[in-house]
Amino acid sequence: MENFVYLFAAYSLIWIVLFGYVLSIFWRQRGLERELERLRDKSGQG
Amino acid sequence: MEKGLTVRDRFGGASLLTGLNLAMMVAALYLALLWAPTEAEQGNVQRIFYFHVPLAWVSFLAFFVVFVGSLIYLWRRSRWWDALAHASAEIGVVFTTLVLVTGSIWARPIWGVWWTWDPRLTTTTIMWLIYLAYLLVRSYATESSQGARFAAVLGIVGFIDVPLVALAIVWWRTLHPGPIIPQGGVDPSMLFVLFFSLATFTLFYVLLMMGRVRLRLAQDRLEELKYQRMQGD
Repeated sequence: MENFVYLFAAYSLIWIVLFGYVLSIFWRQRGLERELERLRDKSGQG
Repeated sequence: MEKGLTVRDRFGGASLLTGLNLAMMVAALYLALLWAPTEAEQGNVQRIFYFHVPLAWVSFLAFFVVFVGSLIYLWRRSRWWDALAHASAEIGVVFTTLVLVTGSIWARPIWGVWWTWDPRLTTTTIMWLIYLAYLLVRSYATESSQGARFAAVLGIVGFIDVPLVALAIVWWRTLHPGPIIPQGGVDPSMLFVLFFSLATFTLFYVLLMMGRVRLRLAQDRLEELKYQRMQGD
């Protein structure tokens, strides 16, 4: 029964890390889009 | 030209597969935590097995893709193969980190220690360090093509450790459980949950790869555009 804490810890960690990794890909994509927009704006001005 | 860089469809039109994978993840959690029978000796903590093994399988698969991608990159100098190897190495490192940590959490109540320098654990740690080095070589290279070449060599040579990790439980005396399927005697419902979880995580790897390769190629294109702009100024 006391081993539930290990089971909970392992599964929680898996989901936190995987969710964090998916989020990191999402944020990097957003950052890329913003940078691209900036580049487009500069090109438009230039 | 710039249309390809706008990553509106974030996972490459894979929304149907993403939905299917989410449903499979929920089902895998239900099967692993509630449906599978409780193991007689270890009790409920054995349920870590249903995610620990698929995570390890995806790590092996990811590093095999790094190996193939690196070989073809060195042969053809194609950016796409380099992006494939790079994306797979990153995903493999994330999954191997989880393998090591979940293994350690599982070891504590069963072996009585968080960590031991057992052959399987040691070779897995070496594998993790090799692919961490692969990512660092890329980050710190002064030129991206030079980084890609060095990383490709590391991706090929480093793959030697992957079969060592897989066979460590056969070749050496180890605390880690041996290969369960050839030994037999595993409850069919437990095997069903394991195979379902393996399929779920394999599809998850494919989806992550689609997103990560697309991101890497878009980053390359952006760098190219910046360079062209600088040349124009």
